[in-house]
Amino acid sequence: MQGNIHERGLRQSLDWSLVLYYLLLVLIGWINIYASTQSANPSSIFDFDFRAGKQFVWILSGLGLAALILFVIPPQIWQRVSLPIYGGVVLLLVAVIFLGSEVKGSHSWFQFGPVSFQPAEISKISTALLLSSFLAQPNLRLSAPKNLAAVAAIIILPMLIILAERETGSALVYVGFIFVLYRYGMSGWVLGFAGVTILLFIVTLTASPYTSLLILITLISFINALGQKHFWKWFWILAGSVLVLSLLPWIHGLISEAVTAAQSRIDSTYTVTLPGKEPHVPFGFLKAVKPIYLLLAMSVCALPHFIIKAFRSRDAAGYLSVAAFVAGMILVFSTQFIFDKVLQPHQQRRIEVLLGMKEDPSGVGYNVNQSMIAIGSGGFTGKGFLQGTQTSYGFVPEQSTDFIFCTVGEEWGFIGCFIVILLYVLMIARLIIDAERCRDPFTATYGYCVAACIFMHLFINVGMTIGIMPVIGIPLPLLSYGGSSLWAFTVLIFIFIALYREEKKYY
Amino acid sequence: MKSNRPTKLLIGLGVVAAILLGRIFYIQILNPRFKRDATKNSMYYEIVYPTRGVIYDRNGKILVGNKAAYDILVTPQEVQPFDTLELASLLDVEPSFIVEKMEEYSRDRKKIGYNSVVMLRQVPVETYYRFSEKIYKFPGFRGQARSVREYPINAGGNLLGYVSEVDADFLKRHGDEYRPGDCAGRTGIEAARERELRGEQGHNIFLRNSRGQIEGSYKDGEMDKEAVPGKDIVTTIDAELQRYGQSLMRGKVGSIVAIEPSTGEILAMVSSPGIDVKMLADIGKYWNEISSNPYKPMFNRAVQASYPPGSCFKIVNGLIGLQEGVLKPNYVYPCYKGYHYGDRVLGCHLHKSPLNMEESIMMSCNAYYCYVLKNILENKKYASLGEAFDTWHDYVESFGFGRKLGSDFPAELSGFIPTAKHYEKMYKGRWNALTVISLSIGQGEIGVTPLHLANFCATVANRGYYYIPHVIKASEGVEIDPKYYEKQYTMVDTTHFQKVIRGMWRAVNSGAGSGGTASIAHVNGLNICGKTGTAQNPRGADHSVFMCFAPMDNPRIAVAAYVENGGFGAAWAAPIASLMVEKYLNGEIAPGERQDLEGRMRGGNILYKVKKN
Repeated sequence: MQGNIHERGLRQSLDWSLVLYYLLLVLIGWINIYASTQSANPSSIFDFDFRAGKQFVWILSGLGLAALILFVIPPQIWQRVSLPIYGGVVLLLVAVIFLGSEVKGSHSWFQFGPVSFQPAEISKISTALLLSSFLAQPNLRLSAPKNLAAVAAIIILPMLIILAERETGSALVYVGFIFVLYRYGMSGWVLGFAGVTILLFIVTLTASPYTSLLILITLISFINALGQKHFWKWFWILAGSVLVLSLLPWIHGLISEAVTAAQSRIDSTYTVTLPGKEPHVPFGFLKAVKPIYLLLAMSVCALPHFIIKAFRSRDAAGYLSVAAFVAGMILVFSTQFIFDKVLQPHQQRRIEVLLGMKEDPSGVGYNVNQSMIAIGSGGFTGKGFLQGTQTSYGFVPEQSTDFIFCTVGEEWGFIGCFIVILLYVLMIARLIIDAERCRDPFTATYGYCVAACIFMHLFINVGMTIGIMPVIGIPLPLLSYGGSSLWAFTVLIFIFIALYREEKKYY
Repeated sequence: MKSNRPTKLLIGLGVVAAILLGRIFYIQILNPRFKRDATKNSMYYEIVYPTRGVIYDRNGKILVGNKAAYDILVTPQEVQPFDTLELASLLDVEPSFIVEKMEEYSRDRKKIGYNSVVMLRQVPVETYYRFSEKIYKFPGFRGQARSVREYPINAGGNLLGYVSEVDADFLKRHGDEYRPGDCAGRTGIEAARERELRGEQGHNIFLRNSRGQIEGSYKDGEMDKEAVPGKDIVTTIDAELQRYGQSLMRGKVGSIVAIEPSTGEILAMVSSPGIDVKMLADIGKYWNEISSNPYKPMFNRAVQASYPPGSCFKIVNGLIGLQEGVLKPNYVYPCYKGYHYGDRVLGCHLHKSPLNMEESIMMSCNAYYCYVLKNILENKKYASLGEAFDTWHDYVESFGFGRKLGSDFPAELSGFIPTAKHYEKMYKGRWNALTVISLSIGQGEIGVTPLHLANFCATVANRGYYYIPHVIKASEGVEIDPKYYEKQYTMVDTTHFQKVIRGMWRAVNSGAGSGGTASIAHVNGLNICGKTGTAQNPRGADHSVFMCFAPMDNPRIAVAAYVENGGFGAAWAAPIASLMVEKYLNGEIAPGERQDLEGRMRGGNILYKVKKN
């Protein structure tokens, strides 16, 4: 009768929605891998000489792995073996530096004949398992220094080794575990402070100091408003002024354009123009009034006002806000200054490459540019299955692995992108909701870890293809071509599904 | 506190997803740049250049044609080691040029990829044929047909303008229509009629892969486009007359404009010194020579130089006087070697005195027109001097002076005719008819272009109206503004013109010793009517001015000639203008006296008299 219970249990206890999202994403990935490797000579999607055919094999074997995890391996074992697995994987990570073969400058692959395998992929699983089992200890106080140190060590150890393998992207994924820690009691300020610093730094370099300062003003006044409980007053004043201020660069652009146009109208086609001489145009000086000067002038006028106000009301928050604004301003301008004046050109270049902001189509920014062109050319509905010219003629590099999202964008358009991202969001949300329902803290924490990993991969990978994240090659979970990655995510997700099923069986 | 953290995390997830989707929406829907890039990226457009329209003269002679030339293209990726010296000698370039270019390509190899670049522009056909026999020795090199301008007749350099490759500045102004490497007309007719002459580029589309290698024709050439050749332009210019005028003006600074009065068509427009057509064909090579020439050959004096009209302007004042009723042809005024007013005198040369209107034109008496202008300005009909003066101004303007005539030629100057306000300001209210008396003889605050003068002469020839002068004729596919077909009447009744024409006829045809100022312009049987001018100017010796038309009845040509610092009107301008008339009407210059005159005019060099800038 055991069997009977089992079957009934399967239908009711398994989280079918997670399985459905998983299958849909894998299927979408497979179709797009086929499309992206399809060039002038067509082949079957099952042709094993091509990537789509190979991916089919990976998918089938991945499903086998999933079945193994669901039906053969007792779920209770994961918590108990988490430490040995973690240890083993760390050893593998170290070993691959010395024994692994070099692929594109990084020593992170083991090569066994035709099959290669990347320990960094399974290290996500082992780290998630050990972190969950540590946090699942009864009455654990995360704020205790000893515990914090242990948690930090669990996360940072594999991260550092992976960095040493020069897999910056994979290492960055571990930053995602910070969300797990936040869920289990870490102060939100840590998250906020780190986030704002990184945001200001990147925005200053990629957009402009002006945008950076606008963001800073918005954030500080927002926190202030929340503290003093006049949110709506803040909202309306700020919404208005930020709207005006963010229109300024646009207006300035219009003015400069008009002035330039007027200047070129003056030197008519028929007279010989003197080079280097700018004709006089009424109000031409407006071209020189840049929005950042206006904003700075306003800031200089406003600061004393806030200092006096804070002094009169003896308001600590007021002082803090002023201090935060000044500190932020220093950060913004020192970023620009250090970047422009202190760094050597080759260092600048490296940062520019990292931030993907180099406008040099055939140089360092080539990948991003090509990928954005591919996605952009898709339009709203896309060019249709196998109709993409950018991806299939090889303009996008790594088109079936790290840049698979380009094929989605080019052939399926905005609708396709929306569906794919929606599937990921549903999956992550489902993981969080499931985790919250769990009684076993190990399962709950593990669920968060899985959600965090998928989230980081999604954000970094998609962000990189659309030019808002640096190009650091990490795969798009379940979609990208490659056995290591597909297997790793299959195992990662199905361990949770198995654990969660256990949970459901008994309540 | 703890329980709402999952909610916050979920909200955060939603926000990040919204950011990603927002950005995707931006690059897929809002920003058109990526779509444009995409077609450029995977498709290779091979441009097919159209041939530029031909420019004809009024008799069907080709003024500007095309000849084949080739651009030499290189695909660096396909180049094999080759004999640099042989290639250099085949292409007529220095070996170092080839070495430099190849080094440049090797430096930019990443940027160039599998693309082709232009190594040498506009190689003549002969050179290209020589090269193409040996082309098998140079894989990676090929020729691309382009046409360049060819000028069979050395006529009208300034008028025609030149064509050159567009520069950055030009692209900034016409960004959408032109691409680097395109050519465009930059001055003269080439610029004014660029739209018609240009034609439309065609293209062949090929698909290529990311390394730039051609993978095949896109949709089997379905989307390819053939080049549409530019439209031909027919000008009103008489190539022979134009060339003849240029030869007469050699060694002089100035201008000739000849107009067909019955249509307003410009028969010849000479500006001297001008640009030789051989310079037009390769303007870049001669640019330094042209721009360092102190006599400014690029400056088209016919429409851009504002001169005092001198005595030619007496005709204008005479006509106004007749119309206003303050002058009758039989009015007689004395001349005591000039017009005396107060303690001043406006001098005149020695001639019979007193004289009537016809004689005053024939002998070009200054004093006579001082009386005429004084009578016009002191006419009791008008409440004030200002009103009378502005009436005079309006009359003058009705002849086309002081404003742009509206010809189809670019960069026409309006010249200057003063108003009462101008003098009010200049003399701070303290002025009268005598203050401005020099206007009577076309001196003082007055500036007209040779085109103005020729147009005025055509107006007199037509007895009271003109057609706006123009250089383009309507032809198949090329329209001209209907305004060029409309008669433009002056404010003077047509009946008055016959009276001054008599004077102009006598100026030319009274024979030596009669006192007629332009006897030198006399040609047997042509009935030329003319008026000389000797324009004082602050830039040295007087300018020699002459305007004339012929024949007297049913005139076929009106000419204005202006020779800077040439002295008396009869010295240079009158002979030159009369030779133009003779050439046009008779087709040749009569042997004997006339041909001697022609030789003198052609050989005369008075450049030394002209101040250099």
